[in-house]
Amino acid sequence: MNIFNQTGRYFALLVKVFSKPERHRVYARQTFNEIDNLGVKSVGIVAVISIFMGGIMTLQVAYNMTNPLLPNTLIGLGNRDSLILEFSSTIMGLIMAGKIGSNITSEIGSMKVTEQIDSLEIMGVNSASYLILPKIIAVVMIFPLLYILSVFFGIVGGLIVGPAVGAVTVTDYLNGIQYAFTPYYVTFSLIKCLVFGFLIASVSAFFGYTVEGGAFDVGTASTRAVVNTNILILVWDLILTQLLL
Amino acid sequence: MIEIKNIYKSFEHNDVLKDITKVFNQGETNLIIGRSGSGKTVLIKSIVGLLEVDRGQIFYDNRDFTRMNHRDRKKLRQEMGMVFQGGALFDSLTVEENIRFPLDMFSELSTAEKQKQVDFCLDRVNLVEANKLYPSEISGGMQKRVAIARAIVMNPKYLFCDEPNSGLDPETSMVIDELIHSITVDLQITTIINTHDMNSVMEIGDNILFISEGEMCWEGNRKDILLTDNQKLQEFVFANKQYQRIRDERINDQ
Ligand SMILES: Nc1ncnc2c1ncn2[C@@H]1O[C@H](COP(=O)(O)OP(=O)(O)OP(=O)(O)O)[C@@H](O)[C@H]1O
Ligand SMILES: [Mg+2]
Repeated sequence: MNIFNQTGRYFALLVKVFSKPERHRVYARQTFNEIDNLGVKSVGIVAVISIFMGGIMTLQVAYNMTNPLLPNTLIGLGNRDSLILEFSSTIMGLIMAGKIGSNITSEIGSMKVTEQIDSLEIMGVNSASYLILPKIIAVVMIFPLLYILSVFFGIVGGLIVGPAVGAVTVTDYLNGIQYAFTPYYVTFSLIKCLVFGFLIASVSAFFGYTVEGGAFDVGTASTRAVVNTNILILVWDLILTQLLL
Repeated sequence: MIEIKNIYKSFEHNDVLKDITKVFNQGETNLIIGRSGSGKTVLIKSIVGLLEVDRGQIFYDNRDFTRMNHRDRKKLRQEMGMVFQGGALFDSLTVEENIRFPLDMFSELSTAEKQKQVDFCLDRVNLVEANKLYPSEISGGMQKRVAIARAIVMNPKYLFCDEPNSGLDPETSMVIDELIHSITVDLQITTIINTHDMNSVMEIGDNILFISEGEMCWEGNRKDILLTDNQKLQEFVFANKQYQRIRDERINDQ
């Protein structure tokens, strides 16, 4: 029952978010701020995580290839396809739900409990649209870019770690990452990224916007937002993989 | 003028407001007083539509607010200003940006004209030197003053203040009371103020509504209040012994 109620309120909020904005100029400025705040400031963590995971996945593939008949180019290929298909989209989505999502929930949630949202409403501003729309646009725009960066850094990670520990030669690795490349995998993952970006921004905003109480409740809402976004990301991953791949 | 008629509001099984009827006059500071938890905040939020009333009607200069659709309400809200109990400044914006925010959102003024209006309001609340600071960098009293400046920047016809001087020292409270009163008179605003501060009541109580446990208990002005024979109001007023003395002196004088 509760889940239906929540879902209903989520869609009601989305309707409010996508109704006509007051001032396009103000919204555009907000969107640029959010791109900077949520997107540009995530590049660092995406790079670090991707380099490490790219390196680790390269080693995993190498150490598990005990059959000498398999060519070593499979190591680079394994890393590349893991990154393109799942890691840089889904796993990165889960990580971003933690970083960007909890940021959105706590920002909007504290505005709610300190009556800043009421004060927007009193001025005649559509608070849902003003606060949430720029975040949704920003995250949906930046998430595909972060995905591409993540794939790039993951491949670089493998290139650094693999040869360094002697698991694969540079030549084999470079040949591997170019071998049997399927461009559609990238398209598929970019579509997933758009969906995940929308989920991260809108679900987190929903949990923030509907907070009642005080600082403690904002904390609880942040946790719930991350958990729910994660579950939704996995469900949609399953659905999209089934539909599109 | 704002008129409310037979307002009821409850939360689940908690009846917070019961049959409140009152006219709030233009150009006067109308006070809603009562103990903590008596329903003042719920009443003021119901009047401005942040809470939906269960029953009753609210008129803004004879315009029926309760029957308005979303769009008309939004339009009417541009004639309102509100100072919240906690200030509710946007903490990502500076003092000046906070005050300019409604202008940026709604007015067609040029940048220079906006700046002029912002400066006028800053000057009005005596905060010209704090314009570039963030809300977290100024004191509680200053935050309240910024909130007042932001509430009046659009030249509202209706001003709502929820405990504008709670948590402030007596002197600052006085400054804020006088500020709100003079703005109200100068700009002929219909102002509604929630308070449980007897000093404010005696300073600026042009038209007072006393509520107790969500029911209207008494109405009048600051001259009548000390001489009331209403039991509950007496308990509220004379909780501070000083007002007992003032009353006794007045009775002796007569
Ligand atoms: N959103 C809400 N949900 C449920 N009950 C509420 C809600 N808001 C207020 N109440 C209840 O309404 C009653 C009146 O609260 P209100 O905040 O109006 O008091 P108040 O007169 O403003 O007190 P104070 O002077 O302390 O600010 C309280 O019993 C409170 O529990
Ligand atoms: Mg209150």
